[in-house]
Amino acid sequence: MDKPFRRRDLLGIRNLSAAEITGILDTAENFSEISNREVKKVPTLRGKTVINLFFESSTRTRTSFELAAKRLSADTVNISVGESSLSKGETLLDTALNLDAMAPDCIVVRHSSAGVPHQLAKVSKAAIVNAGDGANEHPTQALLDAMTIREHKKKIDGLEVAIVGDIVHSRVARSNIHLLTKLGAKVRVAGPGTLVPTDFRYLVEENLEVCPHVTDAISGADVVMILRIQRERQDSAYFPTLREYSIHYGLTNERLSQAKKDAIVLHPGPMNRGIEIASDVADSSRSLILDQVKYGVAVRMAVLYLATGGIATSG
Amino acid sequence: MNRALSRLASEIVEKNRGVNDLYLVGIRRRGVPLAERIARKIETLEGSPPLAGILDITLYRDDLSTVGANPIVNRTELEQDIENKIIVLIDDVLYTGRTVRAAMDQLMDFGRPRKVQLAVLIDRGREHRELPIQADFIGKIVPTKQTEIIKVMLKEFDEVEAVGIFERP
Repeated sequence: MDKPFRRRDLLGIRNLSAAEITGILDTAENFSEISNREVKKVPTLRGKTVINLFFESSTRTRTSFELAAKRLSADTVNISVGESSLSKGETLLDTALNLDAMAPDCIVVRHSSAGVPHQLAKVSKAAIVNAGDGANEHPTQALLDAMTIREHKKKIDGLEVAIVGDIVHSRVARSNIHLLTKLGAKVRVAGPGTLVPTDFRYLVEENLEVCPHVTDAISGADVVMILRIQRERQDSAYFPTLREYSIHYGLTNERLSQAKKDAIVLHPGPMNRGIEIASDVADSSRSLILDQVKYGVAVRMAVLYLATGGIATSG
Repeated sequence: MNRALSRLASEIVEKNRGVNDLYLVGIRRRGVPLAERIARKIETLEGSPPLAGILDITLYRDDLSTVGANPIVNRTELEQDIENKIIVLIDDVLYTGRTVRAAMDQLMDFGRPRKVQLAVLIDRGREHRELPIQADFIGKIVPTKQTEIIKVMLKEFDEVEAVGIFERP
């Protein structure tokens, strides 16, 4: 089960260099034009098979990966947990080996446990792309966020980015912190004390600040990234009520006015209007939530292209 | 090289009777500056410029699984509709014809041009062709061996203007 070119897998942002990240983003920019064409399809991955293996429900990410694969002319198969053999008692390893026996070129995997894509990568001959593993990473989300920021700010280096919300459970936050700090941005995180680990700053060497109050994080920021508050956490004593969360941490126009005048607002979705983000902020011209979704397809086309393309002979 | 491009420009307008519906499309990378230069010459000749665009054929290559590391994808820029236009594809060297095949396939995904023609600065000779493709406009025919590489150097990329024949390393 040799893999001559390990970088075929996209397991996370943490192990990528700044140059590799920039390379993916540049490629994605060139792919973005394809979705505006009359014929939104190129023959690049004709004859390749992409399996979307989703152990956790997802509409946006799965659709985005599926569209990306189809616009590259790959054949796609979607497997979601309800219909898989895992509910019949098969182990993850056996599922992976069985899928592998059908010779897919790429497996896009989402799982509620951290490290599942890494385990698959060890046994599978296919390229593995992490579409979210537990609270660990969601690399394509961070890449599409970075692409959105780059399109609007023309750079990432030197920007101040606030990430607000449930940091501790967020793979989006982790991937974004890795990516943004590697590319030279300063990241400030804030949220309820129970949801922001104070030792988070050790995740990366520098350029990451844990703020005691949401205003400290937003103040002077170029980019405000709001994370989804997971409603099911309400009952697990992380915070008292959604209403209270909204009052103290929700992004309102008033809070946003503390950021730079031309600050942009991102949200990975699905958003809870009126809880972590006020409706008028979400619908304002500063909110780039739909741009994020648009660039998501381009980023995933680039990732699938790089994952399934030729094998580097020298690698 | 400049004289060859001037001749290509006048042959293109002569054959197509002016710049009406004429659409020059450069194939990345070296076809792009060549197309720009030919467009300027046509503008001087005819008083108005032809339409111009850029094709990046990477995603349409037939050797993606064998070329080794992934080729870099660049942007295709066809701002104006190609429907019913006379397209002149422009590249630096015509060799096997495979690049032109990829360019034509991509072009057809953008619409249905009235005609597609091919202009190249250098034609390495018909015996190298792997597909039934010939150029309509040729700057110069340079017979070469398969063991040789021909390189068109342009000041946009290479600082010098020259055409060189090299032994394949």
